[in-house]
Amino acid sequence: MSALYLRRRITNALAMTMSMLATLVGLAFLAWILWETLRQGISALDLKLFTKITAYGEDGGLLNSMAGSLIINFIGIGIATPIGVLAGTWLAEYANRTKLGESIRFLNDILLSAPSIVMGLFVYTIIVLPSTALTHGNTTFSGFAGGVALALIALPVIVRTTDEMLRLVPSTLREAALSLGVPQWKLTLQILIRAARSGIITGVLLALARISGETAPLLFTAFGNNYMAINPMEKMSSLPQIIYQYANDPGEAMHALAWAGAFVITMFVLLLSLASRLILSRTKVSHD
Amino acid sequence: MTTATTDILEQRSRRDARHERLFRWLLKACALLVLASLLGAAAATLWGGRDAFATFGWHFLVSSEWDPGNEVYGALVPVYGTLATSFIALLIAVPISFGIAVYLSEVAPAWLRTPVASAIELLAGIPSIIYGMWGLFIFAPFFAEHVKPWLTNNLGNQPDDGQLSWVAEHVPFVGKLFGSSYPFGASILVAGIVLAIMIIPFISSVMREVFQTVPTRLKESAYALGSSTWEVSWDIVLPYTRSAVIGGIFLGLGRALGETMAVTFVLGNAMQLSASLLDPGTSIASTIANQFSEAVGLQKSALMALAFLLFVVTFIVLLIARLMLRRLASKEGR
Repeated sequence: MSALYLRRRITNALAMTMSMLATLVGLAFLAWILWETLRQGISALDLKLFTKITAYGEDGGLLNSMAGSLIINFIGIGIATPIGVLAGTWLAEYANRTKLGESIRFLNDILLSAPSIVMGLFVYTIIVLPSTALTHGNTTFSGFAGGVALALIALPVIVRTTDEMLRLVPSTLREAALSLGVPQWKLTLQILIRAARSGIITGVLLALARISGETAPLLFTAFGNNYMAINPMEKMSSLPQIIYQYANDPGEAMHALAWAGAFVITMFVLLLSLASRLILSRTKVSHD
Repeated sequence: MTTATTDILEQRSRRDARHERLFRWLLKACALLVLASLLGAAAATLWGGRDAFATFGWHFLVSSEWDPGNEVYGALVPVYGTLATSFIALLIAVPISFGIAVYLSEVAPAWLRTPVASAIELLAGIPSIIYGMWGLFIFAPFFAEHVKPWLTNNLGNQPDDGQLSWVAEHVPFVGKLFGSSYPFGASILVAGIVLAIMIIPFISSVMREVFQTVPTRLKESAYALGSSTWEVSWDIVLPYTRSAVIGGIFLGLGRALGETMAVTFVLGNAMQLSASLLDPGTSIASTIANQFSEAVGLQKSALMALAFLLFVVTFIVLLIARLMLRRLASKEGR
């Protein structure tokens, strides 16, 4: 066996071991994070989490934060879904290969990973400041503002999946409908979006998973509230925000509550991504 | 055909044309909203930061002072923290991601690839606040107890027994980088490590995806000539996909620069410039998260100006990332 051959074999064996180790490191951290969230979260689970509000502090629960999270996420998805689906439709059906369409598609991809805290400050500037000025300080931070901030983060996700899913619809479907004299708007709304429906729903679920863990954009928009708030024009608590607040608190009991909140969010996000995977695999369309 | 039916048909086609125009207009407006949110975010932060920019000018970028008492603000400390943590994150995440991508595309048995890849991608789905909590309550204490003492004693310039190690004495900078008198885990290094774990799934999934675009013919030719798996990965796959791999790395960098929650928990939030990686620091995003709600006047403006800087820098990084990724897509003829 020549020295060169031996060296190449050793290099290869070393590199392959390192690559396997790298994978193990990645999986180990995943297991560590999930394990701690489960362990600490389950041991802190308690019925009062779902029945009491945060105003009671250590003896309280997270009811108002969960309600707030639901409302804010609902507003966010409610705003982002129609706009995102229509914008994605425009990119795929009307502006495919035009200059403006290509640039918007490109910028949308950038927006996908734009820093979320800046989006929070943007909404603070366009909604919180004007509403403070208009109502003489009666309405400042609000659940609605938080919803808009989350909508800005969900929007690019929905635009992108809609765009991709529509482009997967076979063009024979379009040609068949157009040859029957169906106008393009009817074709788009009644045939194409229906054909790409499951893919679009997946995109919405992914967007929901993405925004339900977002904290930074909520700090200066929904702010937080120790009492139950249902009116979206009031300050509103949310799970990520209360986790942030409680984790920075020195009290051990608060940390347990924060872990319980973290557990709830993680489960929610994992279930959502599982659901979206199931929907996608059932339709047998590649999502790449 | 009677005139009546022609009329109806004409009416109908006119109505259809009107709806068509309306529909197009609505769709385009929605798409332009995407553009508006990008421009709006940049404009809003620039507008909000105008006072700080006007007061401090270029000095804002190079001053390390951040003194709300005297109304003097400089961006250097948070900017340094952002860059340092992101750089550490890349230093750790890039080799590990490359290893994962090579393992999953060349080494692992076929039945193992999909489950392992989905598990790694699961990491990307975990909300950043969970990383933050894990970092704060689990990893930082672990680091302070088991890793940091070793680093300070064997590499740093402030070891517990006062005796400098050979490395700290003879290798420049290393002593300063790992010297620290803080007993806590929260530090620039820990924030970098947590960020690295966060961006590994992004970088590795891009790498894995582009590695799969390499024509099998090319790889098999190399194998036929006697190349080892490593040589194929390093000399064939990597050069073929170079631009997209760089794109994936920049994508991870963009994420790391703008990340708020994971970093805020483990960075220690100290407005200080320290050469040591084991000392606490702050980043742009965590400075904003910590101070914005209580800030007034010039401080608020300075925070907005910081946000503008962050937005512009991440925009440029992500722009490079997307351009690099697109180059491979056009090579494929997509």
